[in-house]
Amino acid sequence: MKAFTYERAKDAQGAARAAAQPGAKFLAGGTNLLDLMKIEVETPAHLVDVQDLGFDKIEETREGGLRIGALVTNTDLAADARVRRDYSVLTRAIVAGASGQLRNKASTAGNLLQRTRCPYFYDTNMACNKRKPGSGCAAIGGYSRQLGVIGVSDKCIATFPGDMAVAMRVLDAYVETIDAGGQRRAIPIADFHRLWGDHPEQDTVLKPGELITAVTLPKPIGGKHFYEKVRDRASYAYALVSVAAVIQPDGTGRVAFGGVAPRPWRVEAAEALLPQGAAAVTARAFQGATPTKDNAFKLPLATRALASVIAQSKA
Amino acid sequence: MKETMPKTDPGALSMSRRGVLAGGAATAAMTSAPAAIAQEAARATAPAPSQPAPTMPVSLEVNGKRQNLTLDTRTTLLDALREHLHLTGTKKGCDHGQCGACTVMVNGVRINSCLSLAVQHQGDKVTTIEGLGTPDKLHPMQAAFVKHDGYQCGYCTPGQICSAVAVLDEIKRGVPSHVQADVSARPQVTNMELRERMSGNICRCGAYSNIAEAMEEVAGVRA
Repeated sequence: MKAFTYERAKDAQGAARAAAQPGAKFLAGGTNLLDLMKIEVETPAHLVDVQDLGFDKIEETREGGLRIGALVTNTDLAADARVRRDYSVLTRAIVAGASGQLRNKASTAGNLLQRTRCPYFYDTNMACNKRKPGSGCAAIGGYSRQLGVIGVSDKCIATFPGDMAVAMRVLDAYVETIDAGGQRRAIPIADFHRLWGDHPEQDTVLKPGELITAVTLPKPIGGKHFYEKVRDRASYAYALVSVAAVIQPDGTGRVAFGGVAPRPWRVEAAEALLPQGAAAVTARAFQGATPTKDNAFKLPLATRALASVIAQSKA
Repeated sequence: MKETMPKTDPGALSMSRRGVLAGGAATAAMTSAPAAIAQEAARATAPAPSQPAPTMPVSLEVNGKRQNLTLDTRTTLLDALREHLHLTGTKKGCDHGQCGACTVMVNGVRINSCLSLAVQHQGDKVTTIEGLGTPDKLHPMQAAFVKHDGYQCGYCTPGQICSAVAVLDEIKRGVPSHVQADVSARPQVTNMELRERMSGNICRCGAYSNIAEAMEEVAGVRA
């Protein structure tokens, strides 16, 4: 690991200012950042620890929703009685990810900012445009079973690996931030993660030093909530394909897919086809998909996972 | 659980298991001399660091005892425990949060100590396997692991036991899990729940079913 200096930020804007300096990075739980620092995929010169900023509460909003502090741990978010009652797709997604130990340390903001688990991103001997812009992509033409089938580019075919964000996508969450100048904004989660395009080194739309303070959920939308995750082990593995869904009694609803794209993959025109069945939804949602021979199985798998969710919603 | 066996002449065991492992590593290094030479060459061409790596004071409460350390900022909580406080019960397995051998409890909840910097834990209360029980007075979970043969080689065991103790507490506090049919309901101590919740602790010897039985006994469930 490269040497770095460390500070504990006292206030949000001060943290943003410190992290806007070249080579600086925020540190929250550290479960992903430290992992990457050990293999020198991440080499920050300075860490700004944000744990003392008080963003560890879940509060009700005036609009009847919830405001989740950026530092609320995955465990505390999943276990919150209001989340379990009104947004259980979120609880289900969180407990489907990682392990108990990791969920106790990992934060809400850190989970959104986790980097891809593409094996070529992790292997510093391999070409990777995300890790080293312009070096090429060893995953294209390489072993791509876990990798993306849609929204990817000829520079990068990695996926966003998380579960929590897929549930937040069907809940139309907002990501609240503050920047070094004290400016605040609320970014719809639909726009938060970038498609790779020509710049796969940029995972999100955040500016240097822009600090996530909270994630807000609009008021509950009712319906039955599902998070169906298909993976190589029964527990503690990344999704090959996952489906977050909220299905209403009349068969309409919302659907987003995980493990397939650079961001939680939700196509509103596709979910409008829910009453016609899973195949209609996925045909539209994955229109224009560019799977490899290794990961083409993800397309029928997405259809089957959604079919399972629809069947459960009718039970 | 101490590294050296109790009730034996301490002089006869002056070479600890740790010492043996370190010696083994040195032997391995000697047999891979070309690699070592290559590493030296790489180091020689690398620019010399302009200043020593930053250090910081860190104060932890480990197993009820205040510990004041000055550490390289890169020191993980795991390395602080093992290398600086010589609490070698906590094990380094993968060092990447994948195996769970490094599991300890911080402020009452279990975490992977390998994926946490010591400086993040200023003032925190850390409980390691050494703080749960002693060879003369085992924690009930330690005793249950012995009774149910919840290990074979034992390397993952301290992490398994810390995790197991924390899992029963998580169930008691109502933390939901992936295998619950209804996540708004209170979780129950079932074999499925224990297996799911222990999935962050890998046991290469495959003692999983015995570990779950040990946990069921401590939780007061008939296996």
